[in-house]
Amino acid sequence: MPSTLSPSTAKLIACPECDLLQREIPLPPGGAAICPRCEAVLYRNTPGSLDRTLALLLASVILFVLANAFPIVGIESRGNRNATTLFGAVLTLWDEDMPIVAGLVFFTTIFAPAFELFALTAILAAIRWGLRSRPLPRVFRLVLAARPWSMVEVFMLGVLVAVVKLSHLAHITPGIALWSYGALIAIFAAAMSTFNAHELWERLTFDR
Amino acid sequence: MTPGSTQVSAGSLGLLTCHTCGLLSRPAPAGTDETVCPRCGDALHRRKPHSIGRTWALLIAAYILFIPANVLPVMETGSLFGSQRDTIMSGVVYLWETGSWPLAALVFFASIVVPLVKLIALSYLAVSVQRRSPKRQLERAKLYRLLEFIGRWSMLDIYVITLLSALVQLQSLATITAQPGAVAFGAVVVLTMLATMAFDPRLIWDSAPRPEALDSPKPPVSSQAAGGKPVVPSFTMNNDHA
Repeated sequence: MPSTLSPSTAKLIACPECDLLQREIPLPPGGAAICPRCEAVLYRNTPGSLDRTLALLLASVILFVLANAFPIVGIESRGNRNATTLFGAVLTLWDEDMPIVAGLVFFTTIFAPAFELFALTAILAAIRWGLRSRPLPRVFRLVLAARPWSMVEVFMLGVLVAVVKLSHLAHITPGIALWSYGALIAIFAAAMSTFNAHELWERLTFDR
Repeated sequence: MTPGSTQVSAGSLGLLTCHTCGLLSRPAPAGTDETVCPRCGDALHRRKPHSIGRTWALLIAAYILFIPANVLPVMETGSLFGSQRDTIMSGVVYLWETGSWPLAALVFFASIVVPLVKLIALSYLAVSVQRRSPKRQLERAKLYRLLEFIGRWSMLDIYVITLLSALVQLQSLATITAQPGAVAFGAVVVLTMLATMAFDPRLIWDSAPRPEALDSPKPPVSSQAAGGKPVVPSFTMNNDHA
């Protein structure tokens, strides 16, 4: 088993993007350490990160449920009406013999964001209330792997483009989910701005 | 770069940086083949395994699929007056002609410019690493960061098609259905994202010239650093990223 470094060198870190070895130093609140070689952000000091991120994530979870439970937009044209939820749209693609695209949309707009939100909230809550659990670092690892595939904000822009395209053909009524998505993106962005992966890993280390 | 500092990468000292949680660790003693991060349990490597080979394999697949993604129709609009098939580009033209030129520009950028820029830029990064080029390392590192950031936005058109085909099912008036081009397009987005993930940006810096070979004068490497104890450069403080 690979071993951790001895305590005297424990404060050494390597830049995740260029592997430059450097010594970790304390930062003022709100400060960020930048790699002197490749200018990547190494870590930040985000005061009250755990409580703030957890509160914003709990709000995001509620909004995510709303965004998936209600229709996004409805259209009406000469007496014909139609409205769809996100999952309904995935099912339509599936029925059109587009299982690959349906799977891709399901994974990037429902599965990955749901996993990211619920798992991250659970991890932060476990740390906040001092629950020690061995699988936590493994779950956090999966969350970090899922993050690039969670594309709620891209989906939101797609809704906007679709609405503009349809506005020439039909009358559009925004659904509850549309507002929920808008709020979800803003609040989740706020949660991520106070989120501190570096600090979380340190806490998970000492929990063992 | 901080003048007067010796730049040592963790890998050159035999230390392994976890690609997931960033923990530095010493490799397991020879003979044992367990290489798992003691903190997060991820597999440990000095660099991402077979980074360049995997990047090229995924890139070539993406180049090939880029053609059907742009030539094949991605959706079909059927109405009382017949049916019309749209490619990615004709969708942009439709937005332009109906007067939504900011959205036309947005979709053009996300669906055509971004995938093309990703393919070309990542090919350039892979070639420059293979040639062990020591030039423009900072610029290349920033280019890689940009690719990581913009890749996801190409999914835009997939979501537009999804919503349009789900909503426009007005039997008597019009129906929109997704077409095979959408599969190829989605595959290009996924493949370029995977290719970006397979590429290890640390490789850009592995071909760093020896300090004395740099253009600007640098103090010689101290005997201490050469002996294996790194002189660790200090941090640059920056509050802009708060």
